[in-house]
Amino acid sequence: MTALNELTLAEARDGLVSKTFSAREIAQAHIDALEKARVLNAYLVETPDRALKMAEVSDAKIAKGEARPLEGLPLGIKDLFCTQGVHTTAGSKILEGFEPHYESNVSTQLWRDGAVMLGKLNLDEFAMGSSNETSAYGNVISPWRRNGSDAALVPGGSSGGSSAAVAAHLCLGATATDTGGSIRQPAAFTGTVGIKPTYGRCSRWGIVAYASSLDQAGPIARTTRDCAILLGSMAGHDPRDTTSVDVPVPDFEAAVSRGVKGLTIGIPKEYRVDGMSPEIQKLWDQGAEWLRAAGATIKEISLPHTQYALPAYYIVAPAEASSNLARYDGVRYGLRVPGKDIAGMYENTRAAGFGPEVRRRIMIGTYVLSAGYYDAYYVRAQKIRTLIKRDFEQAYAAGIDAILTPATPSAAFGIGETTSADPVEMYLNDVFTVTVNMAGLPGISVPAGLDAQGLPLGLQLIGRPFDEETLFAASQVIEDAAGRTRLPKAWWA
Amino acid sequence: MSVDAKTVRRIAHLARIAVADEDVAPLQGELNAILAFVEQLNAVDVDGVEPMTSVTPMVMKKRVDAVTEGGRAGDIVANAPETEDGYFLVPKVVE
Repeated sequence: MTALNELTLAEARDGLVSKTFSAREIAQAHIDALEKARVLNAYLVETPDRALKMAEVSDAKIAKGEARPLEGLPLGIKDLFCTQGVHTTAGSKILEGFEPHYESNVSTQLWRDGAVMLGKLNLDEFAMGSSNETSAYGNVISPWRRNGSDAALVPGGSSGGSSAAVAAHLCLGATATDTGGSIRQPAAFTGTVGIKPTYGRCSRWGIVAYASSLDQAGPIARTTRDCAILLGSMAGHDPRDTTSVDVPVPDFEAAVSRGVKGLTIGIPKEYRVDGMSPEIQKLWDQGAEWLRAAGATIKEISLPHTQYALPAYYIVAPAEASSNLARYDGVRYGLRVPGKDIAGMYENTRAAGFGPEVRRRIMIGTYVLSAGYYDAYYVRAQKIRTLIKRDFEQAYAAGIDAILTPATPSAAFGIGETTSADPVEMYLNDVFTVTVNMAGLPGISVPAGLDAQGLPLGLQLIGRPFDEETLFAASQVIEDAAGRTRLPKAWWA
Repeated sequence: MSVDAKTVRRIAHLARIAVADEDVAPLQGELNAILAFVEQLNAVDVDGVEPMTSVTPMVMKKRVDAVTEGGRAGDIVANAPETEDGYFLVPKVVE
């Protein structure tokens, strides 16, 4: 029999409802697994007592035949989501000791639906990073290794704790957030599925803000179906977030088996970037072939402003971050370092509390918003954002239902391998994902195979606004054709 | 465009982040690498293009002007480094 923590979320749900095992048993299986996997550093906080208490409630509900949609399913929560009474750090020293007196909207909805909390997952500091190497609480180590090597690899970022924990069977699914690729890139690096829904689909209330016009919450899980189930609980209108959209939440799980017959899938020629590895190109062609074989029409399209998305992002996101992170001033929460006066206190607190990547982005953001530079940088970047969105609108107006691209330019790299003095080298990881945030669209990353070194590679599907259903349908076609990507061996246990 | 050491210090002060002298030169290099990367945006013709203000077309919601979650001063100051009687404490600002 499969170990309880290695079931898919859908299998676990069915097993709980049929009373094949109890919520307490599956919670305990996860607690045991994550204790043995501390070397991965995926969890910043473990909450076993809370998990067992929640599981007890779930078992009572199941016994009474009142199981809720996620009854008894153990999940990990990215430490960017505020959790009442549980240490929340955003991966930053500046929030050390912060225990929110409120619960994020997304996690509130997960608990409402019966899910069980295992703990808080590591991430890049304030979600700024693509490798989980900027966390103030240490790197997350990927459960994946290259064939015949024991070199530590990155799990992607910023949701690296989420992707590593899901891949290593340390939770059935996890919450994550995506500002430029932080759900889809780590999912691609770890052979897991991750969806960034349409901007406005999930409430941002209670999620530590990075770049508010780009941030969206979504799940990472081991299958397309598991992501659909989780998103169904995470999504929904929240009056406390002014950008949360008041539209009905469809039955995402029902869309998973819809197929792609009759759909038109666009292949954007601008994603064929210079120096793309033949392996990625092959995977992309294979993905298109799988969709064609399942009844879709494949059509080359043009998204002419693609190359400008990443540089425009590195103006818009730091600008918003510099504003959002102004609240960490040593007065209201977390760290305070004294100074000779109040300004000195602010400056010392922020110097001690923020890591190098966060400092860099705050400073770039401050610069591009400063007097004399605002029009040249920020306003221009927002105009380019309009053009990027228009590219997608024109493709969809011409009859494209979804767009297929690679998820990342490469497989996972080693910890410490990308440490050049040029921060742009790391930023290029998000070249295929960032366009989606700039246009507010939904995007899903699905494992599509392994590279020559045995590491997972992912494909990305981009959809129309609020049409996550088509993404789930197409993602399932790829998952079925590629076969589920399975972690070879738990080397840490 | 690129920044000099003086500008780096000015930005740091605007951002209220103390920067040690030995950090100025490396920061200058990093910031200039990013500014060089975004330089390519100047090649785009943006004449007549509206800057994006909302990625999803929507009318901004306005809530009723009423107290919804009042009376929670204790919760609000609970995580502050220093407080007194439900107030945040800061170093003296006015002599």
